Amino acid sequence: MSERGREAVRPQVPLLHDPRFRGLLTQAVTAVVVLSLLWVAVDNAATNMRARGIPTNFDFWNRVAGFDINQTLIPYSAVSTYGQAFQVGLLNTLLVAGVGIVFATLLGFTLGVMRLSSNWAARSFATVYVETLRNVPLLLQLLFWYNAILSPLPAPRASLAMPSVTLTWPDAASFGLALGAGALAIFATRFARGQTPGSAGALLAPIASALGWIVALIALPFGAAAFWGEPGGGVLHWGGPAGLYLNNRGLLLPNPSFGPGSGWVLAALALAVAASVLYTLQARRRQAATGAQSPVGLVSLALLIGLPLIAFMATGAPVTLDYPVLRGFNFQGGLRVNPEFVALVLGLVLYTASFIAEEVRAGVQSVAKGQSEAAHALGLRASPTLRLVVLPQAMRVILPPLTSQYLNLTKNSSLAVFIGYPELVQVFMGTVLNQTGAAVQVIAVTMAVYLTISLATSGLMALYARRTAWAER
Amino acid sequence: MDQRPSPVFLRTTSSPVLPPPVFAGGPVKWVRENMLAGPGSALFTVAGLLFILWVTPGLVRYLLIDAVWSSPDGAACRAPGAGACWSFIARKLDFFLYASYPREMVWRVNLCMAMGGVLAVWLLWPGAARKGLGALLFFIAYPVASLLLLHGSDALGLPKAPTDLWGGMFLSMIVATVGIVFSLPGGVLLALGRRSRLPVVRFFATLFIEFVRGVPFITVLFMANTMLPLFVPANWSPDRLVRPLVGVTLFASAYMAEIVRAGLQAIPKGQSEGAMALGLSHWGMMRLIILPQALTVVIPGIVGIFIGLFKDTTLVAVVGIPDFLRTVETARLDPAWAGPTISATGYIFAGLFYWVFCFGMSRYSLMMERRLSAGRKR
Repeated sequence: MSERGREAVRPQVPLLHDPRFRGLLTQAVTAVVVLSLLWVAVDNAATNMRARGIPTNFDFWNRVAGFDINQTLIPYSAVSTYGQAFQVGLLNTLLVAGVGIVFATLLGFTLGVMRLSSNWAARSFATVYVETLRNVPLLLQLLFWYNAILSPLPAPRASLAMPSVTLTWPDAASFGLALGAGALAIFATRFARGQTPGSAGALLAPIASALGWIVALIALPFGAAAFWGEPGGGVLHWGGPAGLYLNNRGLLLPNPSFGPGSGWVLAALALAVAASVLYTLQARRRQAATGAQSPVGLVSLALLIGLPLIAFMATGAPVTLDYPVLRGFNFQGGLRVNPEFVALVLGLVLYTASFIAEEVRAGVQSVAKGQSEAAHALGLRASPTLRLVVLPQAMRVILPPLTSQYLNLTKNSSLAVFIGYPELVQVFMGTVLNQTGAAVQVIAVTMAVYLTISLATSGLMALYARRTAWAER
Repeated sequence: MDQRPSPVFLRTTSSPVLPPPVFAGGPVKWVRENMLAGPGSALFTVAGLLFILWVTPGLVRYLLIDAVWSSPDGAACRAPGAGACWSFIARKLDFFLYASYPREMVWRVNLCMAMGGVLAVWLLWPGAARKGLGALLFFIAYPVASLLLLHGSDALGLPKAPTDLWGGMFLSMIVATVGIVFSLPGGVLLALGRRSRLPVVRFFATLFIEFVRGVPFITVLFMANTMLPLFVPANWSPDRLVRPLVGVTLFASAYMAEIVRAGLQAIPKGQSEGAMALGLSHWGMMRLIILPQALTVVIPGIVGIFIGLFKDTTLVAVVGIPDFLRTVETARLDPAWAGPTISATGYIFAGLFYWVFCFGMSRYSLMMERRLSAGRKR
C-alpha cells in the first residue's frame, strides 16, 4: 500500500531538475574545471620553466650558497649550503616570533585591562594607544622604528645608556614630600567625611587635609623641577654601570657566560621550578579539600631565588655577566642585538599588542557583570576579583582570537624583508630564490612552513576548545 | 466644639529642595570616581598628568613651533633644532599623489578618484536612495570606466599611460578598491562553496580558504608575481601591476569568505526553509532571502577586512609596485632634502594618511553596528 502510495505521489521530474542528479553534475563540473585549470597551469609552468632554463628539482638544496647572513643561531658561513641557509632563516623567524609573542602578550593584557580601568588616565592612555597603532600599517611602523628612530641614533661612542637611578638629597626629598603630602591630603579628606560632627576628628581632619594639600602643592614644582633637572643634578642620572646601551649598531646587553660548574646552578633552577609546580598543585588540592590557602607565591619565589643562589654560592659563582665595554670606536664584549631585530620586535610587539588588548577587553566584557559583583559582595578587592574570578572565565573567550593574533605575528614577521632582518622570507624567498631561480620550489617550501605552523596551531586550538567548551544546558 | 489645635502635626507644604551634596554629583564626583578612586588610582592620575606634561611641549614644538613650513630645499630643515620639515611634504605632494604619472594627464586620475568618492559616499550613506543602482555602478561600471580613463584608450582619443608610470596615493587607492570590488563577490562564492552540501565543492573551497589564510600576504604576492607568468602561456604574461592585484584579490577573498560564512551561520534555518517552501530556487533563495540578511549582519566584519586590506596595500612594494609608502621612501632619500628630520616627517605624514582612512572606516562600522542592532535591542 505504502509502496504504491509513494510511487503515485512521486512526481515525474525531468532528469535535469532532479536535485540529486544536479548535485552530482555540479560536483563533476567543478572537479573537471578546477583540475583542468590546474593541469593547464602545471603544463604551462613546465614548458615555461624548460624554455627559460629554470631548475625543476631540489638539486640546489645541497649546493654551496656563497652568501653571508648577519645573524645566525646555528653555525653558518659563506661555504654552507642553501639547505643550511633555509634552517638559519627558519630559526630566525621562530626566534622573532617567540620573543615577540612573549612581549606582545604582556603588553596586550596590560593595555586590555587598562582600557576597562575606572581610572581616567589609564583608560585614555590605553584607548589612544590602541586606536593609533592598529590603524597605521605595520610596515610603516617598522620603517619608522628602523629608519627614523634606530638609524639616526648616535655612534657607539655616544651611545644612549640605560639610566641608573641615583637619588640626590634635596631634590629627591621635595619629590617624596610632594607625593607623601598628596597621599596624606587624600586620606585626610576621606577620613573627614566619616566623622560625626563636633568630634575631635571632625575638627582635625580638615586641618590635616588642608595642610597636606598646601604642602603638596608647594613641594610639587620643586619635585617636578628635580625630575627634569640638569643631567647630574636631578633625581635621575643618565649613564652608569647598568650595562645596557643603544646605538646605531644595535642594542648591547650584558652577556651571561657560563663557567665550569654552572650546570649545577641550572640544575638547581630546574629543581626549583619542578618543586614550585609540585607545591602549587599540592596547595590547590589542599584548598579544594579543606579550603585552607597556602602561601604559594612566597614559597615559589623563595624556591626560585633561594635554590639557584645556594648552588651559585656553593660552586663559587660560575655564572658571570660579561658587560659590554667601550674600547676605541666600538664596544667589546656583551651581547649585541642587531638594530633590524630590535626594530622588528619593537614594531611587531607594539602593533600586535593593540590587537591583543582589544581581544582581552572583549573577553573581559563577555563575563557577566554579576560575577564581579558577587566577588565584590564576598569581600574580594578589585585585583583578586580580576585575577581569580573574571580573567579565568574571560580566558575561554580570549584564547581562540589570541592564538590567531600569535599566528598573525608569526606571519607578519615576514615583513622583515623590508628592513633586512634575515628571517625565512628574506633569506629563502629573497636571496636563495634570486640566486637559484627555483621559484616554484622555494615558494612552495616557504608556504609549506607557514601552513604547517598555522594548521598545527589551529588543530591544537580546536582540541582545547573542545576540552573547555561550555557545558550547554 | 473643641477649638484647640490637634496635637497631630501635619505638614501641608513640601520641604524646600536641597541641592545634592557636592561630592555626589557633577565634576567633583567624576574626578573622585575617575581620577582619585584610591591611592593607586591617584598615583596613576599623577603619573598620567606628568606624562602629558612631559610629552606635549616637545611634540608641539617639534610638529608646529620649530617646524619648517616653507623652504625651497632641505637647507632650512638641516639647521640645528629644526622640527618637522613640512615644506618637504608640500614640495613632494605631487609626487606622493601621482608618482610618475604624466603630469598633463593627471586630470584623469582626479576624475577617477572623484567618481570613486561619490560612489563610495552613495553606497555608505545610510538610507541613501537607489543603492542597488549605486552598487551596480560601483562594482561593474566604475572599474571599467577607471581602467579606460587611467590606462587610456585609442578609441576614446585618450593617450596611453603605461602602468609602470602609475604610483603614489592613487595607486594605493586602486589596489585597495580592486581588492574591495573583487573580494566581496569572490568571498561570497567561496563562503557558499564552503557551506555547500556537495562534498567536492566544499573540499575545493575549504582547501583554498585554509591555504591562503595560513600563509603570509607577502608570500602570496611573491607567488602572484613570479608564478603567475609561469602558469600562463609565455606570450600572455600578465602586466606587472595585474599580478599583485590578482594576489590581493585572492588574499582578500579568502578572508572575506570566513566573514561571510559567519554571517550565513547566523541566519536561522527557518529562513531557508521558508524560502524553499515558497518554491524559490537555490540561487533565488540565496539572492533574495539569505545573502541580504547575512551580509547585513556582518557589515562590521566586512569593514574590518577593508581596513586590513587598506593597510596591507603597503606590502605591494615588495614586488616593485611604487605605492604611496614607497614614494615616501623614495622621496626621503632625495639628496636635495637629506636631513635628520626628513624620515620622521615623511613617516608622520604617511601615518596620518593611513590613520585617517582606517580610523574613519572603523568609526563608520561602529555607527553601522549601533544602527543595525537598534532593532535587536531589548
